[in-house]
Amino acid sequence: MSISRRKFLGWLGAAGLGTALSKTARAASNKRFDGYPQSSGVLFDSTRCIGCRKCEEGCNRVNELPEPDRSFSDLSVLDSERRTTAKAYTIVNRYDASSGAESPLYRKVQCNHCLEPACASVCFVRAFTKTESGAVTYDASVCVGCRYCMIACPFEIPAYEYNNAFSPRIMKCTMCHPRIIKGLLPGCVEACPTEALTYGKREELLRIGRERIRRFPERYVDHIYGENEMGGTSWLYLSGVPFKDLAMREDLGVTPAPRLTSGALSGVPIVVGLWPVLLTGIYAINKRKEKIEQQEKEQAVAAALEKAGAEAKAKMTAAMESAEQQKAKAIEAAVGKALEEAAKAAEKSASDTQAEDADKKSSEEDS
Amino acid sequence: MSDEATTAGKSYLTPFNIVAGIIVIIGLFITVLRFTKGLGAVTNLSDYNPWGIWIGFDLLVGVALAAGGYVTSAACYIFGMKKFHSAVRPAILTGFLGYALVVVALNYDVGRPWRLPYPFLVQQGTTSLLFEVAACVALYLTVLFIEFSPAAMEWLGLERARNIVVKLTLLLTIFGVVLSTLHQSSLGALFLIAPSKLHPLWYSPYLPVFFFVSSIIAGLSMVIFEGSLSHRYFAGKMDETHLKERQGVVLGFGKAASLVLAGYFIIKVIGISEGNNWHLLGTSYGLWFLLEILGFVALPSFFYAIGVREKNIKIIKWTAAWTVLGIVVNRFNVCLVAFNWHLPSSERYFPHWMEIAISVFLVTVGIIVFRFIVTRMPIMYAHPDYPEEH
Repeated sequence: MSISRRKFLGWLGAAGLGTALSKTARAASNKRFDGYPQSSGVLFDSTRCIGCRKCEEGCNRVNELPEPDRSFSDLSVLDSERRTTAKAYTIVNRYDASSGAESPLYRKVQCNHCLEPACASVCFVRAFTKTESGAVTYDASVCVGCRYCMIACPFEIPAYEYNNAFSPRIMKCTMCHPRIIKGLLPGCVEACPTEALTYGKREELLRIGRERIRRFPERYVDHIYGENEMGGTSWLYLSGVPFKDLAMREDLGVTPAPRLTSGALSGVPIVVGLWPVLLTGIYAINKRKEKIEQQEKEQAVAAALEKAGAEAKAKMTAAMESAEQQKAKAIEAAVGKALEEAAKAAEKSASDTQAEDADKKSSEEDS
Repeated sequence: MSDEATTAGKSYLTPFNIVAGIIVIIGLFITVLRFTKGLGAVTNLSDYNPWGIWIGFDLLVGVALAAGGYVTSAACYIFGMKKFHSAVRPAILTGFLGYALVVVALNYDVGRPWRLPYPFLVQQGTTSLLFEVAACVALYLTVLFIEFSPAAMEWLGLERARNIVVKLTLLLTIFGVVLSTLHQSSLGALFLIAPSKLHPLWYSPYLPVFFFVSSIIAGLSMVIFEGSLSHRYFAGKMDETHLKERQGVVLGFGKAASLVLAGYFIIKVIGISEGNNWHLLGTSYGLWFLLEILGFVALPSFFYAIGVREKNIKIIKWTAAWTVLGIVVNRFNVCLVAFNWHLPSSERYFPHWMEIAISVFLVTVGIIVFRFIVTRMPIMYAHPDYPEEH
């Protein structure tokens, strides 16, 4: 049987495809989540950002946030480093790169919309949702205000309305979820005059990012921030300087946040299942020990009693015996004495008879 | 702090009552401020520092120091150490009041306290360790209430109900140990989500184990510490059995605390090895870490051992107080000092005086209620109608 070259390659290909397919199947299990297919994101290219704060203004407008303390055209606010607040879902910061190549540098800060968000994983009322659109949304109607999401977020994004006494909310970027499901652009993307922000499918954005790096290797650091950080984020970043120069943390790792607590959580049912057995066991062992102790005590008492009883009996028997012996002796002595007396009496009577006989004889002789 | 004030006809203006009264008035004033003006008006919390001392002290320290309840009842009813029997009721009472105050404190801290039942009734976020903490604390508070109730029922003369509850003792104790294991460890596990914010010397995958083991230390030390305070102020309320067993309790608990501290020291060292963080011991955070594990773990372990060996109650009592302080230091380190260590000092948190005042206020309320109960109910003495069985 001969196999044509074409046929052989066909089989090889099929085998290869089979392996690839089975891998896909495994990847689709809940062990690894690569984001919802076709979900959206935004690519921020810091080399294009000019720090105009138009994105801040656009965000403020479409989200109907309160008036800022200083107007959006006032660029002197860039002199100090800021963070997101309850009044601003996004802000732009200015950084002076240590390498000094292309100073100044700007970075836009907002929610990164993690593929597996820490905030959603730690919320005990599930107020956060990673939607299929890619946005991480927040539902204020169930929020208790524990602020654990703020502790958990590795990017330090959620802010809180501390001065609201009756209905304080967590405030954070929603990727303009209400707008994008209507087919509109997020407020910041729409406002950007330099196309530093690109909205699109995350997969597409990754391709665009790689393409820019390939075409202008001298312009970009060969890394797309957010591709794998914390398991991947929907917001992606390109930069011409190391990301740490933009105050972005490079030590976050690629582990999705929920995996950090899954070990501790998996211990819960084990404790619930095992502890009662263990504790009841310890209780039972102690109970049994006490019982055995009690039994041993009882046995010891019984044995002691028995021994004492036996001893008393032996003593009694000995006493009885000696009494018996004494009695026998006494009887013997009495019998002996009686016999002796009897013998004596017999002797006496014998001698008397003799005397009588002699008397008789003499009297007979006399007569 | 004398119980004379509770006797009718005498002056209520004892120094304790005056100080406590002032604290309570200030506390109530801040309470009004908190619930009308919001957290921002009375706290130094910020977007970088969402948790302050109301979590660090009132929740983390409060729960740890209330561990005496499960530790003592487990020792007595499960491990069969019946000579600790007279220590069970005071420990259960302290635990119950401790947890009750933790729940009260949470009402101050969360933004919308009226929604605290939401995690159970509206939407269950079961992937959250805070859900586990909430569920266990709620259940355990109920367990502690039932465990405490016989004392109140004896006081009120509810004999039948009391006898039913007493029959549940073993079941409640086991339930209590399970729940305590879970939430004591989960309080540590809360911080597992933030390796990028907690200093590596304190961050460890063993955090839940550290918190659980140190809660045993806290429970043992608190029973000794609180017992010595009670003996000082409520000796008149203690019966002969209680007084007779007291030395045995101090020595026994001191011995246990020494051993558990030694074990805790070892696992803390294993924690450094696991993260290979030895080089960080030379930094300023490292020195603070060394102070914690040498000064507040190794040292008290040693002094407990000496106190037990020499049968020196005084050393054991002081060591217990020192160890309790050590628990406070540890919980503050994890939640506040080593948390957000990467931030510039201008963004770091220091409590507002009103936050401290609320914490002091809640502790004071706890002491007042404790005094109210022990001067009335059979806590440190057996009720004459139920001798030798509580």
